[in-house]
Amino acid sequence: MENHEHEPHENHITSYTTLAKVLIGLLFLTFITVAVTGIHLGPLTVAVALIIACVKGGIVLTWFMHLKFELPVFRYMVLGVFLLFALIIIVTFFDYAFR
Amino acid sequence: METQNNQLNYIEDTQGRWGIFAWIFSTDHKRIGILYLISITTFFLLAALMGGLMRLELIAPGETIMDAQTYNGLFTVHGIIMIFLVVIPGLGAVFGNFFLPIMIGARDVAFPRLNLFSWWIYMAGAILAVYSQFAGDGPPDTGWTFYAPYSTESGTNVVAAVFAAFVLGFSSILTGLNFIVTIHRMRAPGMTWFKMPLFPWSLYATAWIQVLATPIVGITLMMIVAERLFQIGFFDPALGGDPILYQHLFWIYSHPAVYIMILPAMGVITEIIPTFAKKSIFGYKAIALSSVAIAAVGYFVWGHHMYTSGMSGTARWFFSFLTFIVAIPSAIKVFNWVATMYKGSIDARTPFLYAATFIFLFMIGGLTGLVLGSLATDVHVHDTSFVVAHFHYIIFGGMGFAFFAAIHYWWPKMFGKMYNERVANIAWLITFVGFNVLYFPLFVIGIQGMPRRYFDYLPEFHAGHLISTIGAFILLSGLFLMIINIYRAKKHVTPAGDNPWGGVTLEWQVPSPPPTLNFDEIPTITKSPYSFEK
Repeated sequence: MENHEHEPHENHITSYTTLAKVLIGLLFLTFITVAVTGIHLGPLTVAVALIIACVKGGIVLTWFMHLKFELPVFRYMVLGVFLLFALIIIVTFFDYAFR
Repeated sequence: METQNNQLNYIEDTQGRWGIFAWIFSTDHKRIGILYLISITTFFLLAALMGGLMRLELIAPGETIMDAQTYNGLFTVHGIIMIFLVVIPGLGAVFGNFFLPIMIGARDVAFPRLNLFSWWIYMAGAILAVYSQFAGDGPPDTGWTFYAPYSTESGTNVVAAVFAAFVLGFSSILTGLNFIVTIHRMRAPGMTWFKMPLFPWSLYATAWIQVLATPIVGITLMMIVAERLFQIGFFDPALGGDPILYQHLFWIYSHPAVYIMILPAMGVITEIIPTFAKKSIFGYKAIALSSVAIAAVGYFVWGHHMYTSGMSGTARWFFSFLTFIVAIPSAIKVFNWVATMYKGSIDARTPFLYAATFIFLFMIGGLTGLVLGSLATDVHVHDTSFVVAHFHYIIFGGMGFAFFAAIHYWWPKMFGKMYNERVANIAWLITFVGFNVLYFPLFVIGIQGMPRRYFDYLPEFHAGHLISTIGAFILLSGLFLMIINIYRAKKHVTPAGDNPWGGVTLEWQVPSPPPTLNFDEIPTITKSPYSFEK
């Protein structure tokens, strides 16, 4: 598979085993998301929920949406979007943390 | 680089469709650009007339032609139409659609059907926006900002209005996506990033804001609807919500949206100045990268709309600091435009007059923006007519005059006909004078304490309001003269020729009007886009 990483027009077939593993990973993270709501983390509650959601989003993008097989430029774009999202959240919490 | 073309032009080539269907079902980027031009101009005139009515109400203290509730509805409707239907799509949807593919040497955008779909979504949103003004429980009275908790309680037609803005957001996202892919994938052979003209550069920076910021306001507006229907408690303090959270979420989109409006305007000015100074643009890379810098830093300055909201002091100085930072790339552009004109062979034709006016008005808007970006002075002028004046100098003086510059610059290319330049120059003068007479007094009475969004005022503000109303009608007459002159040009038969201004970018190398597929053969680019050497 690695040989085809830089050939975006190739068809990539991900095995059922890999897809099943990704699905189990996503379900496990969903379970974690629900479980942490029972733990009192104070202001970190939102941060933990968002980090788990970002990891899940990353997994979906990487395997289900085939980002793994795309040109590096697309990965940089997605990385940039995640970075922007993180910065917007951090800047918003500049208000809440110091109010 | 000269291209000869034997195809039908895009106006003659109806592709077998009849009448209006040849337009509303066409996937040709040029026809879609014209669809947007007609739609946006119509909504602009409607909202400008509303502005005229508001100014008439303010001609004297007390109730003159309407009551307070009607005035509240009118400034909300004026704002919604101008922001969501005119200035946000504005230059990108009209001139971006028409000229982006031609300027980068492509035959169309990457996704032509999606492009047409974007216009249909725009029209659906527009119909919904207009519906929200006349149906249900009366026009929304929240202002275009839909601030919570009032927007969650107002008995007026808020749900339809915010849903219209939500739908219009999809059109914006899809257009942005189309432009990003087009610029990445469809540039002509040899057109490297730094050989691309600067209008496409500005559209590229804008497109990223459209794609990344618009979903935030979409969700925020849906949260308003959810709050109204299900009393969830996102924003209403009575339900445990936080109204400042609404302001954060709204301005996370709506401040970058100001750059959606102004970046393409800067791109237009960057095209016009070298053409009429007959000189290569000064500081090409600085202008290109400053567009990207404005788009990037512009994401993090939204809090300067909220200094008096009760936000934390730490967040306030942080946002103030970044606001001053974002002034730097804007100033780089102004410096480069002026440096381009320096020792140029300036030909002060109509598009140049509008472009120079843009710089003048944008400078006034920008410098008064620093007054609003400073924590201490902002507290004094917050929610006064000073803000109204600043905003209109940036958006109308900036984006509006850039739109007028663009229409006068590219009209001969779009239709192959030249307008009457003498009348166009008279219209420019009336518009310029009217604009300043309308908005400058608002700075003065704003500093004196005149609140914005009030239908009545104390007698000491009468002189300022009277002058401003006179200015509004001077401006409206200038606008009507301009539109009539341009419309007559389409009817008359003064051929413009392929390159009436002596421009050097690719759109001036194709016939006027351009053929359906733009080029017989896709050109190979070897020179910089602003190379005036023979």
